[in-house]
Amino acid sequence: MYLSDEFRLKVGLAEMLKGGVIMDVTNVEQAKIAESAGASAVMALERVPSDIRKEGGVSRMASIRIIREIMDTVSIPVMAKARIGHFTEARVLEALGVDYIDESEVLTPADEEHHIDKKNFKVPFVCGARNLGEALRRIAEGAAMIRTKGEAGSGNIVEAVRHIRTIVKEMKHLTILGKEELVHEAKNLGAPLELVEWVAANGKLPVPNFSAGGIATPADAALVMQLGAEAVFVGSGIFKSEDPDSRARAIVKAATYYNDPVKLLEASEELGEAMRGLDVSKLPESELLQTRGW
Amino acid sequence: MKTVGILALQGDFDAHRKAVERAGGLAVEVRSAKELDACDGLIVPGGESTTMLKLLDIENLTEPLRQFAARKPVFGTCAGAILLARSVTNPAQPSLNLIDIDVERNAYGRQIDSRVTRVKADGHEMEAVFIRAPKILRVGEGGKVLATCNGDPVWVEQGRHMVTTFHPELTPDSRVHCAFLAKL
Repeated sequence: MYLSDEFRLKVGLAEMLKGGVIMDVTNVEQAKIAESAGASAVMALERVPSDIRKEGGVSRMASIRIIREIMDTVSIPVMAKARIGHFTEARVLEALGVDYIDESEVLTPADEEHHIDKKNFKVPFVCGARNLGEALRRIAEGAAMIRTKGEAGSGNIVEAVRHIRTIVKEMKHLTILGKEELVHEAKNLGAPLELVEWVAANGKLPVPNFSAGGIATPADAALVMQLGAEAVFVGSGIFKSEDPDSRARAIVKAATYYNDPVKLLEASEELGEAMRGLDVSKLPESELLQTRGW
Repeated sequence: MKTVGILALQGDFDAHRKAVERAGGLAVEVRSAKELDACDGLIVPGGESTTMLKLLDIENLTEPLRQFAARKPVFGTCAGAILLARSVTNPAQPSLNLIDIDVERNAYGRQIDSRVTRVKADGHEMEAVFIRAPKILRVGEGGKVLATCNGDPVWVEQGRHMVTTFHPELTPDSRVHCAFLAKL
């Protein structure tokens, strides 16, 4: 499967998005701001995660009319979210022609045991993960891009850091194990042995590994990229800040110059207030989005 | 060994790094005019041309890149080809005018229309990966078409510069990168 032409195309588009920023947008105006700020793609959704958190209720795939308007307006790739396990929402998005589908824990799950069988789609999928086992299960189902989940809508980078560190550490660990140990490790991770062996041999995921969930500043974006993320998704962090336009530009700059403190200083200067963040450790378990997904 | 800079503002610069190494070159990531100066040639990778344009502008890299191209070879793939073109449509956007071609962005459709196919290059066939690819609508007099796909030019050379609308960095075949290294 991993060498099929179709899978190479799916991973290929993810390769094109590296070093960039994928921005959550809820309407055409925001999509235009994102594109002109240098976003490498936009993610169309009904409400940004911090509003979903505040307003509650069931969160579904965005309105088709709005996604279509965004696709007609911007020239960069347009992604959209489907609920976990909701394969017919995904079919609708595929028929619409979006460039990537995010099977996302930010929306209310439609299935509490199964994810979408993503191999059966022509459109590529990105999925969230908190650890290596979760990442490899999603890849086994056909995801062509992984993003660490973080805690969406929190404006707090702590969970994104935890998740990227966990995945990187678990991958490093595999590279020092012997063949017979990998079988045991595959069992612990709940992931197919074939993928566990691939990671052990290569020290990285077989698909691009991006980061999401809590990025609110240029320094946040640079932090997760220095920890191993290859691009970032920014949700509430841009359009819930005081200055979406300049903040979007600043985060784009930070994703390119994540290793250059002088450039990061330039990117951080003259920004207004970031979105107000949440202390994730004080959130009740039932309000966490990251625990959705199996 | 020749040093090939890879413009690393955004896009699949890492895939190009590996492809340059497979072809026997030394690859370095380029994000500043100073880094560019140390290179024998430059690859502008695939990615989002609008993102790269913004960053070239904000970081004042457009003029250094023009000066570099006046002396040394530049190779653009996909988004890179869009940046190097004379004119760009769908939508219209600025470009560097290093190669006399006109291109239309996303001319073959969205991701769902992306494809792996065979292209004809100098009597041989080679595998080519097209992702939300641009189409070369016109090749100027000084341009030489090195490969076509269904009649469309997909690999064009003009003097020391060249472009492909496909992604040779995503296939194991090193011929295109070797052809660029031979220019340095």
